[in-house]
Amino acid sequence: MTLAVFFGCTFIAFGPALGLFLFTIARDPLRIIILIAGAFFWLVSLLLSSLIWFIAVKASDPRDEPLQKGLLIFGVMFSVLLQEAFRFLYYKLLRKAIEGLVALSEDGCSPISIQQMAYVAGVGFGLMSGAFSMINLLADALGPGTVGIHGDSQLYFLTSAFMTMVLIFLHTFWGILFFHGCEHRRWWEITAVVVMHLAVSGSTFCNPLYVGSLVPSYLLMATAAVWAYLLSGGSAQNLRRFLLSGLQSRASPQPGS
Amino acid sequence: MITFMNNSDSEEEPCNERTSLMSAESPPVPSYQDGLPASEAGEVHAHRKRRAGSSRSHNNIADGDMSDPGVPVRESALENEEEELTLKYGAKHVIMLFVPVTLCMIVVVATIKSVRFYTEKNGQLIYTPFSEDTPSVGQRLLNSVLNTIIMISVIVVMTVFLVLLYKYRCYKFIHGWLILSSFMLLFLFTYIYLGEVFKTYNVAMDYPTLFLIIWNFGAVGMICIHWKGPLQLQQAYLIMISALMALVFIKYLPEWSAWVILGAISIYDLMAVLCPKGPLRMLVETAQERNEPIFPALIYSSAMIWTVGMAKPDTAARGPSQQTWDAAEDGRENHQSPSHTDSQMPETRSPVPTRPIASFEELEEEERGVKLGLGDFIFYSVLVGKAAATASGDWNTTLACFVAILIGLCLTLLLLAVFKKALPALPISITFGLVFYFSTDNLVRPFMDTLASHQLYI
Repeated sequence: MTLAVFFGCTFIAFGPALGLFLFTIARDPLRIIILIAGAFFWLVSLLLSSLIWFIAVKASDPRDEPLQKGLLIFGVMFSVLLQEAFRFLYYKLLRKAIEGLVALSEDGCSPISIQQMAYVAGVGFGLMSGAFSMINLLADALGPGTVGIHGDSQLYFLTSAFMTMVLIFLHTFWGILFFHGCEHRRWWEITAVVVMHLAVSGSTFCNPLYVGSLVPSYLLMATAAVWAYLLSGGSAQNLRRFLLSGLQSRASPQPGS
Repeated sequence: MITFMNNSDSEEEPCNERTSLMSAESPPVPSYQDGLPASEAGEVHAHRKRRAGSSRSHNNIADGDMSDPGVPVRESALENEEEELTLKYGAKHVIMLFVPVTLCMIVVVATIKSVRFYTEKNGQLIYTPFSEDTPSVGQRLLNSVLNTIIMISVIVVMTVFLVLLYKYRCYKFIHGWLILSSFMLLFLFTYIYLGEVFKTYNVAMDYPTLFLIIWNFGAVGMICIHWKGPLQLQQAYLIMISALMALVFIKYLPEWSAWVILGAISIYDLMAVLCPKGPLRMLVETAQERNEPIFPALIYSSAMIWTVGMAKPDTAARGPSQQTWDAAEDGRENHQSPSHTDSQMPETRSPVPTRPIASFEELEEEERGVKLGLGDFIFYSVLVGKAAATASGDWNTTLACFVAILIGLCLTLLLLAVFKKALPALPISITFGLVFYFSTDNLVRPFMDTLASHQLYI
């Protein structure tokens, strides 16, 4: 426990997201605002879904274990659906914002494109989701204690950190896919995002059998990554060119191509 | 209050911006303050500056004025430019306010979470005389409402007193009051704060060293805030005194009273700034009539100064190069208090009337910045600090309140861009913050705790 675990888990969970933030978002004030607004939308969706779950729990018998478990499953699924609904609402809001930005700009084009907004919105959703899952754990990890002393898994913190990281990435890619689907009216992309999200959340029901939850999530993340990359205009050729040019420039310094 | 300050230079513009986003012809908007009683010494040192102003580019106007030779097209282009600039720099202004607000909150939350002193109950201020240690819920609620009424009345009285002082030109009194308040904040409260931090971390400290540290800190602070100093140092000091003030509030306001006071203060802010007879609005109007800045310091200014090409008659050959905007960002520091700076921004425009082309280049200087009153900082930090202190050790509540306040600030700035007049910065943010605090603490927390215990992820 204590500092080593704290820093380790923090950087596992938030390191990549921090890198994404620093290198792509922190420079542009408009993107920071979109990020925070995305986090806000995710928060509101969580609020509403907790409200529903809370009401359901209060209205039911607290001693009935299977019922409580069922209500929890229902709560998780409902929360996922609500998150995607709020992603759609956020898409609508950003569309309107782009129109406003275009109207106000002098050369008729918006300073930020819908694809960039999709990416930033995804990161916003992911960061907030990850923060809410992870921060209390990290605060507890700072203090003394032994993980799993009562017979639970000893890898609790570590797997939580990895799960958080994969969720942040997934939200980012889902943002891109979702907005692309909304832009081009491809409903199957939107459905795919919702189904993927439900699948990932559903797989966490296997915990503490981490093989059942982490492995599928990472596979889904790889799929979503490739799909989002292709949708954003990337291709195998681009990738090869990028990698090769990187190698070339390191091997022999080109005279400023 | 948030206002945009136009640092416009045009002499032709008599209209004073009442810290509005209007075309920048108005002289800088002075910030007002209202006295806020809150120290245990019962001293009035807190001034709630709830105004933020941001200066806007006055280029457009200047250009329009300058390029008189038939350029109505120019002016409309300027207006578009102006609007676009508003938006373009609108996002920047928002971030320029996000950063200090975030820093202040981080300082407050870090202190609350580590130093026990600020969460211990050690009595109450004389402004909240009713105790909340009553057994019944109704009685407790009544006591907190009474506390709130007393606190708000004190604030209203102080504000009216300040407005009267200002109206009858008792400037020396006001300046003395301000200096005394910041003196107490910078020395006494810092001493207490340092003492508690040292106690928490078990750091051995002797009095001579402590005296040296506090003397240097306080003296530089007084100079920076009330006279001249590097902009970032001034900003840092303002953030620190806001954090100290917020910590005092968090410590000495009883639980329920704090929440009710937060709500009541937002309503008061709304009325005082927007109602025609509101004290703050009258203060602003008086200052505008007299065309002068009101009080030094106690308004956080994030001004940056852009130096556009100097206006010289012989630079007519420069032509319509648009390089100025990019090239001329000079990060010169704002050495004076924001209001002074605004008013003293010299305006030199090229006297050459033969340049029909738009010349942002001609504009000598343009200051852009947003100003936010320190009272807003203080109450934002009180809300987040209270959430950190009392939300059952839960970090999610603190995070939720933080995001809610930032979004409220964003919306307020958006409204500022739309309505172009002085706006209160508290209501939207505090409302969001309160809603999110109570709902996260009561609804989201059990849900997330249950999820975490089963290691489920949504």
